[in-house]
This record gives sequence, C-alpha cells and structure tokens, in this order.
Amino acid sequence: MFISDSFRRIAADGIWNNNIVFGQNLALCPLLAVTGTATNGLGMGLATLVVIIASNGLISVTRHLIPSEIRIPIFVLLIAALVTLVDILMNAWAHELYKVLGLFIALIVTNCALLGRAEAFASKQPVREALWDGLMMGLGFALVLVALGAAREISSAGTLFANASLLLGESFKFLEITVIPNYKGFLLMALPPGGFIMLAFLIVGKRLIDQKLASIKKAPVVILDEVIAD
Amino acid sequence: MKLEPETIDDWKKKLLSYQIFLKSWLEPSHLAGLRPKLAFQTGVLAGFSLLASVLLGVTNCSTQGTIQQRLDEDLKKSLEEVVPASYYDNNILQDTLTIPSEGYNIGAKETTVYLAKKAGKVSAVCFKFIAPDGYSGAINMIMGIDRDGTLLGVRVLNHKETPGLGDKIEVAKSDWILNFVGRSLENLTPAQWAVKKDGGVFDQFAGATITPRKSVQATYRALQFFKAHQEHLINP
Repeated sequence: MFISDSFRRIAADGIWNNNIVFGQNLALCPLLAVTGTATNGLGMGLATLVVIIASNGLISVTRHLIPSEIRIPIFVLLIAALVTLVDILMNAWAHELYKVLGLFIALIVTNCALLGRAEAFASKQPVREALWDGLMMGLGFALVLVALGAAREISSAGTLFANASLLLGESFKFLEITVIPNYKGFLLMALPPGGFIMLAFLIVGKRLIDQKLASIKKAPVVILDEVIAD
Repeated sequence: MKLEPETIDDWKKKLLSYQIFLKSWLEPSHLAGLRPKLAFQTGVLAGFSLLASVLLGVTNCSTQGTIQQRLDEDLKKSLEEVVPASYYDNNILQDTLTIPSEGYNIGAKETTVYLAKKAGKVSAVCFKFIAPDGYSGAINMIMGIDRDGTLLGVRVLNHKETPGLGDKIEVAKSDWILNFVGRSLENLTPAQWAVKKDGGVFDQFAGATITPRKSVQATYRALQFFKAHQEHLINP
C-alpha cells in the first residue's frame, strides 16, 4: 500500500517521535491510574483510541464552523459528549467489557491529549489527516499503556495479561502468562508511585534509543548544531 | 392524497435552491467572514450544545432498557452466588421488601431485601450492604441468609482495597470469604465476630488487617439488621 509522505510523518509522530506520553508528556493522569496490569492498560488504550479518532474526525469536519474565540468550550463539549456516548453504548452492548473498563471510560474526559490533538491538529487539518492522526496518536498511547502495564504487572505480581480473557473473550486466554512463578510480589509497583517510577524508566529508555538513532544517522556537524541550539 | 407533478417539481426546485444556499453558506471563505461575529459565535455554541444534548438524550433513551436488563442480569448472577438455586422457585428480582436500615451503618438509609421463596414460603433472603470504612473507601458486599439467620454466602461486589493485599476478600483471589458460610449470630458470640487479631475466629491477611476486619464487622452489622426484621421478612 502506498502511503504518502505526510501520512507517514503523522504515523511516526503519533507512535514514536511525538508520542502522547513520551513526546508530549500528556495524559499522565489516566496513564498512571489504570496501568496496574497490562490488561487494564490495553482496555484503556482501546477506549481512548476510539474516542480520539471520533473526536479528531468530528472536530475536523466542523473546523470551519468553530470560531477561534470559543473553540475550547466547543472541543470540551464535543469530547465530553463522545466519551459519554461511548460509555452509554458500551454499558448497553458490551456489558462484560464495560464492567472491566467502566471506571476508566469516564477518565478519558480528563485526558488532555484529546484536547491537545483537537487544538494542535484536527482543527487545522482535513478530515482524512485528522482521522489518521487520531488513529496513530491513539495507537501510540495504547502501546505506552500496554508497555507500562506489562512492566508494572511483571514487577508487582509476576504475571502478564492477567484477566485478559475477561476483556477480550475466552479465546484470548493464551495471553495470560505467569512470567515469574512463585513470585512473592512487589507491592510498590502496583501502587501509584510505582507507576511514576516505571514511567521514568520507560522515558529514559526511549531517550536512550533516540540518542543512539541520532548518533547513527547524523553527521557530527549536525550534532554540533544541536549543541549550539541547546 | 395524490400530488400534482407540478407541486413535486416545485418542491424539488426549492430543495435544490436550499442545497445550493447551504453549500455556499458552508464555503470556508464565507464562514471565515462570519466567525468573528458575536451572533454567529453564540449560534454555533448553541448549535453544538443542542447537537450534543440531542445525541446524548436519544442514546440514553434508546439504551435505557437494555442497560437495565444488563444490570438485572448482573444482580441475578450475584444473587445466585449467595443463595443456592435450590432455595427458591420465584422471581427473586421482583419479590422485594424495602426496609429502613439507617441505624445499622451498612451504607444505605434503606435496604432492598430480595426474598427467595419456595412454594410461597420465604426460605432465604438476600441483600446488598456496604462496609463504609474499608481501608480505601467503601466495600460493597452482598449476603444471603436462610430463614433461621444462618449465612448462606457473602460476596464482595466491588471495592478499592489494595491490590495484592486487601483484595483477598474477592472470591476470585482467595477463598477467605467462604468462611462466612454457616455462621450466624447464634453459633458465634459477638466477641468471636472479629478477625483473629481482635480475638475473633476470622483470619486476617498478612499485611492487610483493616480490610478483613471491616468486612467482618459490616457482615456482623448486616446480620443484626436481618435479626431485627427477621419476623417481618420471613412472614411478609
């Protein structure tokens, strides 16, 4: 499939370079609140993905109608309405999933990344780009949630994707792995402070990889430029 | 009513002219001129609010029935866990009594008691109760009691206790909560209705005493609530 340059750049930004968590350091509230296990992270990631695509699309469609003076209340209104809609529909039609995720859905409203994408991208771009951006940003966010959830779950309980079958159905039972048998448990990692600590490790890891990539790619002159700019 | 071809044509023309008007009105360049106007801004905000409320209103109304049905299914499932199916042949969800429970500190001012009836006679009752003072917030529980006041089962519906420590009150994590089966106010003294650390018969968890202590105390209070209304409940 052929993907044009601008779309490729949006994808790279969303998933890695300008990732909601790693790049923009946004959405830390829902991030730290739900990543006790990889399954919860995945669920929250999927729910956010749906909402961010919908909100980006809706805002891009109506972007010419929205005066800049009142754009923020309109964005908030649209996002809150969408989140409530997803909440109600899931409660009715995906009730088992809702029982696992229900608590987190409302948290999406507090996810400033949605407002950030609406403001920085969707309100200025055509619909297709905005939808693509929503998908990629959402995927990037979901990946971080799963990674953080997995890291915390392994270090706190020694398991991975516990209860995944509750979220995804019985056929995903194979995901539930006990990584460290007879693990005594490390409570700190399951508690909020553990989330901050693990997040710090992940961000450091991302920066290290970026540095390595930059030193491979760039000629010394460019690095010198960066030093001067800093 | 038969429509004249001319009227239909007329309507079609009108529709087309509206379409053209709307299209030119929605041109980005035209909208750009409108956006700074206060009246337009007010209108847009009102329009979006209307859109959002209509959308939510319609969704809410159309899903209310389904959601209620799902909640009933949930409730039925938890009722079945604490009252064995052999105890009743009635529709336990519909057969309820609402009793004031304010003085018992079990969460609600009124408690809805579900009556399990076999051949028209109450064989067991079941109700939700709350331990309002858990380690990190309220612990929502449900219990089933047979007509003599013996516990048939207790389950935790939801809680916010510490994962890995306090969450052993869940039946999925540990079978601690099954210890309540067969207990009653008669076969344990008030002092025994406590965790072992406090001189009672129920285990506490390593690293988490408060969660089981409060669960036991709330269960005890809920049993007292049942005892106070036992006559009325088993002979409604």
